[in-house]
Amino acid sequence: MSEERPLVKFENVQKSYDGEILVVKDFNLDVAKGEFVTMLGPSGSGKTTCLMMLAGFEPTTNGTIYLKDKPINNVPPHKRGIGMVFQNYALFPHMTVAENLAFPLEVRKMGKEERERRVNRALDMVQLGEFGNRRPMQLSGGQQQRVAVARSLVFDPDLVLMDEPLGALDKNLREQMQYEIKHLHEQLGLTVVYVTHDQTEALTMSNRIAVFNDGVVLQCSSPEALYEKPENAFVANFIGENNRLMGAVEAINGKQVTVKTDSGDIVIATKANVNAVGERTTISLRPERIVVAPKAGTIPNSYSAKVEELIYHGDHIRTRFSVCGHDDFIVKIPNSIDNVSLKEGKQVNIGWMSEDCLALDG
Amino acid sequence: MSDTSTINSQGQLLTSDGVPLKDSLRKSLRRTKIRSFLLIIVPLLFLLIMFVVPIGTLLTKSVDDTSINTVFPKTFAQYELWEDKSILPSEEMFAAVINDIRITHKMENSEGKNIGKNLLGKAGTRMTYEFSGWRSLLLKTVKEATKVDKKSKEVIKPYVLEAPYKEKMIKRDKRWGKVEFWQSMGAMKDPYTMGYYLNAVDLRYDANKNIIQKNEYLKIYKTIWMRTLQVSLIVTLACLFLAYPVAYLLATLPMRASNLLMICVLMPFWTSLLVRIVAWMIMLQQNGVVNDTLLTILPCFEGALNFPFIGETFIDLCFGEEDRLPMMYNFTGTIIVMTQVLLPFMILPLYSVMKGVPPSYMKAAQNLGATPTWAFIKVYMPQTVPGIGAGCILVFIVAIGYYISPELVGGKDGLMIGNFVAREMQQTLNWGLAAAMGALLLTAVLALYWAYDRLVGLNNLKMG
Ligand SMILES: Nc1ncnc2c1ncn2[C@@H]1O[C@H](COP(=O)(O)OP(=O)(O)OP(=O)(O)O)[C@@H](O)[C@H]1O
Ligand SMILES: [Mg+2]
Repeated sequence: MSEERPLVKFENVQKSYDGEILVVKDFNLDVAKGEFVTMLGPSGSGKTTCLMMLAGFEPTTNGTIYLKDKPINNVPPHKRGIGMVFQNYALFPHMTVAENLAFPLEVRKMGKEERERRVNRALDMVQLGEFGNRRPMQLSGGQQQRVAVARSLVFDPDLVLMDEPLGALDKNLREQMQYEIKHLHEQLGLTVVYVTHDQTEALTMSNRIAVFNDGVVLQCSSPEALYEKPENAFVANFIGENNRLMGAVEAINGKQVTVKTDSGDIVIATKANVNAVGERTTISLRPERIVVAPKAGTIPNSYSAKVEELIYHGDHIRTRFSVCGHDDFIVKIPNSIDNVSLKEGKQVNIGWMSEDCLALDG
Repeated sequence: MSDTSTINSQGQLLTSDGVPLKDSLRKSLRRTKIRSFLLIIVPLLFLLIMFVVPIGTLLTKSVDDTSINTVFPKTFAQYELWEDKSILPSEEMFAAVINDIRITHKMENSEGKNIGKNLLGKAGTRMTYEFSGWRSLLLKTVKEATKVDKKSKEVIKPYVLEAPYKEKMIKRDKRWGKVEFWQSMGAMKDPYTMGYYLNAVDLRYDANKNIIQKNEYLKIYKTIWMRTLQVSLIVTLACLFLAYPVAYLLATLPMRASNLLMICVLMPFWTSLLVRIVAWMIMLQQNGVVNDTLLTILPCFEGALNFPFIGETFIDLCFGEEDRLPMMYNFTGTIIVMTQVLLPFMILPLYSVMKGVPPSYMKAAQNLGATPTWAFIKVYMPQTVPGIGAGCILVFIVAIGYYISPELVGGKDGLMIGNFVAREMQQTLNWGLAAAMGALLLTAVLALYWAYDRLVGLNNLKMG
């Protein structure tokens, strides 16, 4: 992050639609210029609401939103100069693609030549130069999506908001568009606030991700940090696959925590989100960090486990173990020669490093 | 594929049991066609009997002129020989009239009942449409040309009128000596006539069957047609302006409020039309609610509305000589009442179209920098065009043939063509003219449809 003042700043923003339920509870977020920030969270967690408050379509119930250091609570949407890609694209059906793109330039009273130049540039940017005279209905989903992106960029906004812009596309097209949007972001130095509930999309595209749940931001950091160092059980669970062991803290020793699981096993874990001895805790383990049949003494955590199920995935074998009182403990075993000997019902030792398991909130 | 389908000597594809594929396909399609035809035959018959046949009859009535031709065949034959139509015809023509009258008078139907007198009566009525006075002249002459014994039903001779007729007929009634009566026959001599249509638009035939303007004092329908169009147009526009915001509210308000509003919109459908019109009469009459309210409220503003440069107070301007605004039994009354009655026909199609416009369009437009007003005009309104078109056509079509409201609150200068159709049907019994007017209305509506199709496209019409 740069040293400059943030482009967008949410400060203690709260939102309630009905005066009874807080849909957004105390939202704080800084977005620096040129950053790609994603809001990620389950359905109904308030992502769209935050975006709508930023775009100006919903008033904040409390708190302030700053754009370039100016509070914009009382600035109407059409004066904010923020580009937006809507979930259903919202391309005007009675105008051609070129007219759609020219619309924001017309309302800015731009000259005809300048307008045409910019429209063509924007169309070329999304590789739709040929399609200026078509109606939006005559385009495929992916093409419409690109037009929507082009329209949100054509008037050179400081900030672009995208609300699940790829939600309606199939997997291949989605991946291609992710790449294209990311490319535009880097090429044009855009500042993007992106909303999705697809974690892969968030991980691959963003500089930073704000994970939402129930109106609260649980963690806002880079994709790596979110995956490697989740700050709480929800994030650990929501981002990527995750094994969980429940227990209570026995002892805290600097960065290491000794945890006694509910099944009575002792686990040495890394301290992440526990503060006192006796607290309930969730231990989080990534399936790919677990070692099968570790050499004795090389690893602090080693337990006897029973193979319940083997699922062949080609490059790896998903194996379900029962260990420490859980029978849904997933391990991803690389498909290499020395690992093919596992059979269902077989008893083996599995283990993990204490750096790879985090003691989170209970 | 190739192992199941075979090919016969003519190179046709065959199905597995040896029948050509095309025949087999045709057969199977025919079966489904017959089945679907059977399904629609009942509604089709219903439509045919209840709609197409009456309209067809109406259209033939508007041009049919055969009845008078059966009465006066010889006369019309003589008419063709009449050369200089500015002077009275010759003796032969007079004789032909009497001959035709005598033959028709004895005409009987298949059951032996006399229908001749009835036919002559109808002919008189028909002739009066072309030139007033014909009916009484004809019936008088019928009496003098035929004398029947009451008991024996035998013709009594000698007649009052004997050959040569010309002198005697003119002597007994001067009207036979007027060339205009004879000239008017020109319009009746063909079995089909455009006379009713011409009459409906204030034209007529002259002696040589040229189309000319009616005399100024006989022109009544042109103003009525213009007024009908004017009323329909004003009502349509008024409905559009009133309905647009209501429909917008209906489509955008939260569920509970919009349901309540919808009930208010539909309320008129649950109330008898007559009750609604009478309610308006109570509101609009000289001593009605509106006038009373205006009289109480307006004086309060007397000072505020007293513009020196107009030289009069606003209230004086409004009320003119009379104390109270005349809002009923005139043009204004027709407009007000029809607008209220037809409003739902505009609101409902508009609403159904607006309901389908996603709110994100307005948001997107504002996000792109348009003020809410501009976004509304440039983005929202164009998408409601199908609703505007449907509503306007619906209201205009219903308005152009409207009858009951103008009849009750229209007074003299608020009457529309519908009222005249009713009048011709019920009072003057000139069904031909009524039918012609109806046909003209129908044409106007069809022309409107055609124009809409050319301008906007019928597939852009959304009735609901
Ligand atoms: N206009 C509204 N009126 C009342 N409640 C609303 C309104 N819009 C959203 N909500 C409520 O606010 C909460 C958050 O909604 P929001 O649309 O922000 O969720 P989201 O995170 O975008 O979910 P999704 O991923 O499904 O789009 C939901 O519980 C929703 O029911
Ligand atoms: Mg959403």
